[in-house]
Amino acid sequence: MGEVILTMKGIDKSFPGVHALDHVDLEVRKGEVHALMGENGAGKSTLMKVLTGIYKKDSGTITYEGKEVEFHNTREAQDAGVVIVHQELNMLGHLTVAQNIFIGREFKKGISIDDKKMNEEARKLFDRMHIDIDPTETMSRLTVGKQQMCEIAKAISHKAKVIIFDEPSAALTESEIEELFKIIRDLRDQGLGIVYISHRMDEIKVITDRVTVMRDGSYVGTLITKDSTKDDIINMMVGRVIYEDPKTKNMTPPGSPVVLKVEHLNAGKMVQDVSFELHKGEVLGFSGLMGAGRTETMRALFGADPIDSGDIYVNGKKVTIKSPQDAVKNGIGYLSEDRKRFGIVVQKTVAENTTMADLDEFSNGPFINKKKEKEVAEKFVESLATKTPSVDQLVVNLSGGNQQKVVIAKWLTRNCDILIFDEPTRGIDVGAKNEIYKLMNQLAAEGKAIIMVSSEMTEILRMSDRIVVMCEGKKTGELDISEATQENIMNMATREIN
Amino acid sequence: MANKTASKTAGTNKSFIDRMGGQKFIVLILVIVMFIFFSAMSPGFRKYTTIVSILDYSYYIALMAIGVTFPLLTAGVDLSIGTGLICYSLIGGFLVVHHDWPVAAGMLVTVLLGIAFGVINGCLVALMDLPPFLATLCTCMITRGFGAMVVGGYGIPWPTATAPGGWFRSIFKIQVGGQNIPIGFLWIILLVIIMSFVLNHTKMGRYTRAIGSNKEATRLSGVNVKFYHVMAYVICGLFAGLAAIAYSAIFATVQPGSGAGFELDAIGGAIVGGVSMSGAVGSITGTLVGVFVICLLKTGLPFIGLTANWQQIITGLVLIAAVLFDILKRKREAGK
Repeated sequence: MGEVILTMKGIDKSFPGVHALDHVDLEVRKGEVHALMGENGAGKSTLMKVLTGIYKKDSGTITYEGKEVEFHNTREAQDAGVVIVHQELNMLGHLTVAQNIFIGREFKKGISIDDKKMNEEARKLFDRMHIDIDPTETMSRLTVGKQQMCEIAKAISHKAKVIIFDEPSAALTESEIEELFKIIRDLRDQGLGIVYISHRMDEIKVITDRVTVMRDGSYVGTLITKDSTKDDIINMMVGRVIYEDPKTKNMTPPGSPVVLKVEHLNAGKMVQDVSFELHKGEVLGFSGLMGAGRTETMRALFGADPIDSGDIYVNGKKVTIKSPQDAVKNGIGYLSEDRKRFGIVVQKTVAENTTMADLDEFSNGPFINKKKEKEVAEKFVESLATKTPSVDQLVVNLSGGNQQKVVIAKWLTRNCDILIFDEPTRGIDVGAKNEIYKLMNQLAAEGKAIIMVSSEMTEILRMSDRIVVMCEGKKTGELDISEATQENIMNMATREIN
Repeated sequence: MANKTASKTAGTNKSFIDRMGGQKFIVLILVIVMFIFFSAMSPGFRKYTTIVSILDYSYYIALMAIGVTFPLLTAGVDLSIGTGLICYSLIGGFLVVHHDWPVAAGMLVTVLLGIAFGVINGCLVALMDLPPFLATLCTCMITRGFGAMVVGGYGIPWPTATAPGGWFRSIFKIQVGGQNIPIGFLWIILLVIIMSFVLNHTKMGRYTRAIGSNKEATRLSGVNVKFYHVMAYVICGLFAGLAAIAYSAIFATVQPGSGAGFELDAIGGAIVGGVSMSGAVGSITGTLVGVFVICLLKTGLPFIGLTANWQQIITGLVLIAAVLFDILKRKREAGK
């Protein structure tokens, strides 16, 4: 490790309603690979966006090569030698590799672009990186791994001194990761400062020299990688969160029947051989880090995405689910993580939204029975304590928590016995959260079976009777609430898979 | 064309058709097959005069199509070129016919109007973020009303070939020994070569395609995206202006209120020729070949006894086939 090249000190950044970064520090030295770790929403990406000028910091200082700097956009950062490697954002799939690398600063011959020289220069870059990519190949024809190599080549061609890798290995195969690491080590040995963001604990141990851990937008600490254990890092990541009413024991009535059984479910890359059981009256939590494949599992189960293989049993009977209609017919309701896009129609009334999934029930022939619709909607407004002046109110005017209740009512009208809540309290304020939790517990007590996908550790520990943990498309563990701790969940969520 | 270099090296894993230019190649064969078919079916079709009239008919559509390829490549569209063409031609001709402007000055005004509306479209789309479909639909209506208003609702007859100032008609067609020679085709070829160069070998073309491929990524690469995005519409406007001149030179009178639907022939031609509505994919040569499919359908079908209604239906079906081809190709590539 050489001298310090980049210091971020006391970086503070707020968005309306969120204190995203609370006086965060980060120091990167020449010739080191510095890991940046933290749970979902810890602020890693925000910090990097502040560094590269995408966000403007509220306070704090950034010192780069001994001078205080503030980049106003990625171009300025790039010109100074601070480059971020995303994989998809910067790719122009229809252009060639060389055209991508030199976009915005093409070599010219008169008024014409000198493609020949660009190809030569690109080839030189790849030679220096010891990788074999044809600069004239169309970008979209390369594998994700190769595309990323091109992004790195682009960074190097900018004479980068600090390169930030934002979850570079997420979409790569084992051998591609090997190649990536070789390049990263090369760059490190040439004296560049590397920031490496990843959830994969095994990679952190292999490739990084130091680890900075963030939690809830704050700086927790920096460790020397080789002197610390996985547990040290995990303890820093989860911290000690005080949560209200944690469940201490499984509240499912003993001997309650299995209502949903999923066996060896495969759907694309993000759902690999997932099996689990769900009991009547149970809240089954799905925990994991971003990109663990939880939502994808639920979407496959609900018929929203195609299933490659696997069996699904509802109440002991094998069912085929090819579309959301099939799922609803089998009593499965799905409350999407993105309410506004998939859950409700905001420009319609509470009553219209409530009956949307089951309009046949409320129709006489082609005509909608408005009176019955209203009655049922009113019943649910009352039983779920939805705060709305009337059922004729447009849903767009309700708060997030009350919108969520309308979605719940929608599935209850269909008599769905299996309800999948995907991030049920995202974007909902604390008071309303408690109401949603109460409602979910009440539904479970009434005999509904509930799956809850959540990225919030406190929510998982507070609501679940049992917990399934996923990591990179695979189920990596299952815990009863009585034996679950933040540490063992996080351990499973970051488990190395070979 | 943009991946001319790519296809050289990637030839091993590309099919024969892809190596020959993909959709463009298939469509070129289609043009030849159609030509042979119509010639075989109808003695009237295989006459020299028919070929000249097909070419006459193709100029303004080809010019519009070359221009509209640029907005299409940015994943946009320009619907104002059809009514725009009539508007520019009316106003330019109005100055010549009713105000005794020299024909050259009238032509200049025609082209400048095209450029001006191109700038307006470009600003609406690239600077004010209006959806291209909507923005250019509005300018489509505006140009339609504007042209008719300026000329007072009467048709404008640009000077005939023999009248003073009629020289401009010989830009597209000259008479040698009583025989019409359609030299306009040479201009089209020249412009296709120039615009292919612009599209494939200049920043203008490279960034047009880049915007259609991934606008945000292009912006983050430090490209002045707004400027090049506006320019795509300016080029389109310029060519709508040139198309207006071609139209004025070929037809006797320009009627206010007409022109709606011309743009669909041009856009249709571009799409048949392999330009993707979702941007980035396409070429000028492809567009030209596609235009000939549309023109052959328009002029050929009546010769085999099919009415204008049939011609519309068949043109629609050909377009569906072209778009399906594009979708299937993209699905296949996404599946890899």
